[in-house]
Amino acid sequence: MHRLTIAVVVAIAAALTVVSLSAAAHQGARATHRYHRIISLSPTVTEDLFAIGAGRQVVAVDNQSNYPKRAPRTSLSGFTPNVEAVANYHPDLVLISYDPGNFASQLKQLGVRVVNVAAANDLKQAYGEILQLGRLTGHVKGAKAVVHSMRTNLAAIVRSVPKARRHLRVYHELDPTYYSATSKTFIGSVYKLFGFQDIADAADSAGGGYPQLSGEYIVAKNPQIIVLADTKCCGQTAATVGARPGWSTISAVQHHRVYGANDDVASRWGPRIVQFARAVARIAKQD
Amino acid sequence: MAATAGRAEAAARVEARGVSLRAGLVAVTFLLVSLAIGLAVGPVHIGVGEIVRSALSYVPFLHVTQPLGAVDHAVLWELRAPRVALAALVGGMLAIAGASYQGVFRNPLCDPYLLGVAGGAGLGATLAIVYASAAAAGSSWTVPLCAFAGAIAAVVITYALGRSVGATQMTGALVLAGVTMATFTAAVQTFVQQQHTQQLQNVYSWLLGGFSTATWHDVAICAPYIAASSLVLVLHRRVLDVLSLGDDEASSLGIDVGRARLVIVVAATLGTAAAVSVSGLIAFVGIIVPHTIRLLCSMSYRAVVPLSLIAGAGFLVLADVVARTVLSPAELPIGVVTAFLGAPFFALVLRTSRAAR
Repeated sequence: MHRLTIAVVVAIAAALTVVSLSAAAHQGARATHRYHRIISLSPTVTEDLFAIGAGRQVVAVDNQSNYPKRAPRTSLSGFTPNVEAVANYHPDLVLISYDPGNFASQLKQLGVRVVNVAAANDLKQAYGEILQLGRLTGHVKGAKAVVHSMRTNLAAIVRSVPKARRHLRVYHELDPTYYSATSKTFIGSVYKLFGFQDIADAADSAGGGYPQLSGEYIVAKNPQIIVLADTKCCGQTAATVGARPGWSTISAVQHHRVYGANDDVASRWGPRIVQFARAVARIAKQD
Repeated sequence: MAATAGRAEAAARVEARGVSLRAGLVAVTFLLVSLAIGLAVGPVHIGVGEIVRSALSYVPFLHVTQPLGAVDHAVLWELRAPRVALAALVGGMLAIAGASYQGVFRNPLCDPYLLGVAGGAGLGATLAIVYASAAAAGSSWTVPLCAFAGAIAAVVITYALGRSVGATQMTGALVLAGVTMATFTAAVQTFVQQQHTQQLQNVYSWLLGGFSTATWHDVAICAPYIAASSLVLVLHRRVLDVLSLGDDEASSLGIDVGRARLVIVVAATLGTAAAVSVSGLIAFVGIIVPHTIRLLCSMSYRAVVPLSLIAGAGFLVLADVVARTVLSPAELPIGVVTAFLGAPFFALVLRTSRAAR
């Protein structure tokens, strides 16, 4: 009789524990899976979200988010965002990289969570943002896997370049009027991984990171590798660069080390930077 | 009262003589010194002696050997020299066009962009940058041609709009039509630009203007227009003096006012459109240079027109030198330099000449 009472009490206690534990577990899962109607107004954030496995929680992305193809692209603008148009999708989380006017605070007044995922200045910051997106969307594991894969791939790519090619002078071109990026920018931090010397560094007295270089400075600096991030916008290719007056004397032109990058990949700070680094390494290695 | 005074001043202008020898020499010297500085100064140091010997090596029968290595040679003759040449052409054109517009419209605040040239060129260039296919975007013809076409189209519409008001109020109507056109093209241009934010940087850097990517090709595109246009304007310098008396007086002196005005406006517009299409929108040159000459030298268009051409060329070459050296090896937009240097200089000239009177 006494034993039976004990057994019943233990059983009930056990059952209660299991129920409360599972409830707690369920709640925990919901806590990390809070956002199911996400809007991304940043092409990089869109790429990050789909890479970490949060794509199914995304209801709309901005008009510049052209990758991956399955992202629900809309006419929403991340550059001149409209609060009403965004609110019309009934989002629970809006991710932005640019906050003009009172856009974020107005959305917050409507009870929508807004997180500004600003343009990263280096790889470390980019990794941090991917992990942050993992926490926000409940895909911590996915985010960690993406960051790990980026780190190991980039390290392997850098190791594949022989030591003698690790100090090349690089010129990164943003547009045909010679706007460039210094080693203080995200893309510059990728070149820094290789050990390249960015010729734009000496021109950035204001510290903005994106100075306009003069043509004669570029020719005189004689870059050994040129990366074009103005192929899609402005039709620049290795051929058009080689045909520029005076540029035929440049080492990169003579040794065919001019890489026509995809403008989008080169201007974002997402996981596809690995593909970019791989192509740059291939150009750096070739004779 | 003011009108009588203005007419008296204009009559004095007609009586005044053309370019004095001294003023001509000063202007030419200013231009030559500017060109020399333009060639000698840049982020890459090339000695003056080497530049002279390098230039002489192209003169046949002198047997001067080329002193420069391949890189310095490319920097000097393929990058710096076309830049200096283009700045001189554009500066001269904007200044002479500004002077001519001021004469035709009898309005000292007119600039070469008055009839919608800037807005039309800006719209044309924006459309080219945004909608051109990759192959067309890579060509050095696309943007200048579209900017040129846009500028001409805008001015033609402005002229048609101005004429529709009637010949009696022609100049005032044209100016207002120009303002209308500029506002309208700016609206369309801004709309197109906002629809294509990924191209914003390219549009913006074209609008700011400058010579950072100047080539001999650009010089060759615009030189014929600028030469022809300048020639026509210089030949009409006396007509401009007579026009400044007013339409009735000019007619009574035997000038076909409508025709003269059309010829001058067409010439100034064609030249300005050609200049803008290769350089973008560079402000203030067309106002500052002619006024400085009026204050320093003579009110007569017989002096102002030719001297504007020469001094404008020198001024923009110097402004470009500042643009490429002040933040060297980074570039500064030249429009910032023309405004920043030009405005205080103009104020100084205004002060000293008033004090002297």
